[in-house]
Amino acid sequence: MNRELLYLLVPLSCLVAALLAGFLGSRIGRVNAHRSAIGGVGLAFVLSCLIASDVFSGNHFNGSVYTWAVSGGTRFEIGFLIDPLSAVMMVVVTFVSLMVHIYTIGYMADDPGYTRFFSYIALFTFAMLMLVMSNNFLQLFFGWEGVGLVSYLLIGFWNERESAIRANLKAFLVNRVGDFGFILGIGAVLALFGSLDYQTVFDAAPSFADGTFTGPFGSEWHWMTLICLLLFVGAMGKSAQVPLHVWLPDSMEGPTPISALIHAATMVTAGIFLVARMSPLFELSTTALAVVLLIGALTTLLMAFVALVQTDIKRVVAYSTLSQLGYMTVALGASAYSAAIFHLATHAFFKALLFLAAGSVIIAMHHEQDMRRMGGLRKLMPVTYITCVIGSLALAGIPPFAGFFSKDAIIEAVHHSSTPGAGFAYVAVMIGVVLTAFYSFRLVFMAFHGEERMDAKTRSHLHEPPRVVTIPLVALAVPSILAGLILVDPVMDGSLFGNSVVVSAGPEGLGMTAAGMLAHAPYSAPFWLALTGILLAWVCYSWKPGLPASAAERWPRLYRLLMNKYGFDEFYHWVFADGARGLGHFFWEWGDRRLIDGWMVNGIAGAVGRAAGLVRRIQSGLVYHYAFAMIIGLVGLMSWFLFARGN
Amino acid sequence: MIPLSHYLIVGALLFAISIVGIFLNRKNLVIILMAIELLLLAANVNFVAFSHYLEDLSGQVFVFFVLTVAAAEAAIGLAILIVLFRTRRSINVQDLDRLKG
Repeated sequence: MNRELLYLLVPLSCLVAALLAGFLGSRIGRVNAHRSAIGGVGLAFVLSCLIASDVFSGNHFNGSVYTWAVSGGTRFEIGFLIDPLSAVMMVVVTFVSLMVHIYTIGYMADDPGYTRFFSYIALFTFAMLMLVMSNNFLQLFFGWEGVGLVSYLLIGFWNERESAIRANLKAFLVNRVGDFGFILGIGAVLALFGSLDYQTVFDAAPSFADGTFTGPFGSEWHWMTLICLLLFVGAMGKSAQVPLHVWLPDSMEGPTPISALIHAATMVTAGIFLVARMSPLFELSTTALAVVLLIGALTTLLMAFVALVQTDIKRVVAYSTLSQLGYMTVALGASAYSAAIFHLATHAFFKALLFLAAGSVIIAMHHEQDMRRMGGLRKLMPVTYITCVIGSLALAGIPPFAGFFSKDAIIEAVHHSSTPGAGFAYVAVMIGVVLTAFYSFRLVFMAFHGEERMDAKTRSHLHEPPRVVTIPLVALAVPSILAGLILVDPVMDGSLFGNSVVVSAGPEGLGMTAAGMLAHAPYSAPFWLALTGILLAWVCYSWKPGLPASAAERWPRLYRLLMNKYGFDEFYHWVFADGARGLGHFFWEWGDRRLIDGWMVNGIAGAVGRAAGLVRRIQSGLVYHYAFAMIIGLVGLMSWFLFARGN
Repeated sequence: MIPLSHYLIVGALLFAISIVGIFLNRKNLVIILMAIELLLLAANVNFVAFSHYLEDLSGQVFVFFVLTVAAAEAAIGLAILIVLFRTRRSINVQDLDRLKG
């Protein structure tokens, strides 16, 4: 079969499914709508696996399938770059998406927007696949905006809730900030290289490595630093890095399946994927790498602390996502692109698992999300409990679960990195390990252990959700356990990603193997730090449950700071929202109402009116007045003619 | 021989009288019509005087044109006056201010 057609079929099957469920949803019914969506995405998953096995046997592909427009010397094309990086992403995206599709049948069973929801998530899968399979910047941007749009639609899916509307608007606006930087970056690429094709740009990049240009005020700008920083601003928006992270916790207003799919496993990793894809460019700018490293380290640390005090079960997982995205960004900054993508893949599995487990708890609790009203669910929901523990162990980085290998790879890479700021980042990721273990097991202990704190009515209805919910949990638990073990060797010896990412300073040279890492684990700091975190969580939430409250009383200012999430929201609200409103009000009051309306429009009309009012008094209507004026005028003119001009 | 200036002075006096007739008259529209006739005649006196002085007959020919126009104007003026009186029941000049702005 023709390769290009095969590649084209992967995103298009999702698009067709989305259109079917979206436009014909009410005609073909709920069951057929989810059948078509699952069929489309399932086909995409199967094809992705086929393509991946083809790629790993050495068949890479880079070519265009369609020329969209030609303007001047620039060609805008739809094309695919199929290499190990995109193959891994395709498999991860379609697998998690398929699991979420199946789970949705159970989670959204009673929702009136059932077919609409399936249409959206299938459309999301299409846009995400276009993003990862692209071979040029424009198609990347198309996918980028596509996933942004679907994210907006899904956060506000329950659009009768005001908080959902606010959250989706916030997500969209914050992402606009990032996308603005991103499109400027694409413009800079086009200006410097005259092409939007990855391969052309990457081939030409080394010859521009030291290229500078003179900016405003005579300042010298380094081209590569500028391009990389602008592209990274886009990545910061999508991947929710400090200070553009504020939208992600609020996006939990959307239904849980999309929190798992979009806001944990796939879309938010688009920024990580972008930087990994652009690794040949980022390698040329140490400044940009240092910024990436710093932002990632800050995100890891700050967001992990906030996760400690959240009580909403989904928000805990959301903040842990932010923190883990910080890990990936740190890896990118340390030039360990393969480690970042490795963590991206394992994280996609166990974070989707954790979200779906949280969703399962939420269904059972009748949409109660506060962990303070849960507890003791262990016996009532055994499948959810076991899978959630597996996800938490993977997240905390306990061997041999998936997170252990990918997180250890990042920590080792940062440890050996020579990027400026690597020392700080190393400390940040080490502290992050304790915090990660603590908050993930805080969730486990609060929700599943201890006494039952829910009311009697909820208690009487508590039971394990149906099979469509638990099967995806089990299906995701398997890669959460095994993905690290299987992937670590090919990632670490560089055979998995090959030359699709730059491997100059990555963890590839450290000679890490699965067996070696497992044997080494009892002697390494991260392992013991993670155990400490779990132990602390057990002490605080199972053994002595009064401890956290007294700690909060002991340090009230610290507690308030964390509860307010460092005041980012208030600050943005004050500066940007109120500032923009104030500026708008100023321009409305002074620019529009006073200057244009008051002076220019009504002012001129008023002046004409007043002048006419004065002049109309001359118009007496009496003939002899007019005759008099004529005579006076005549006399005046004649006098002037005779006397003044006479000289 | 009466010098030219005397004729011109008579013409100017007639002109002045007619101007005064137009301005100071507040009552009767007929007086305005008469004053206009006088105005034209004052101009005619000047025409004839200059014609004789410059020994050029075209000035006197022009007087006939002016007289013709004056006659026509008088006819039309009186007609307007009558119509005006019919509609407004008055030929009082002070009342005729329908064009007031």
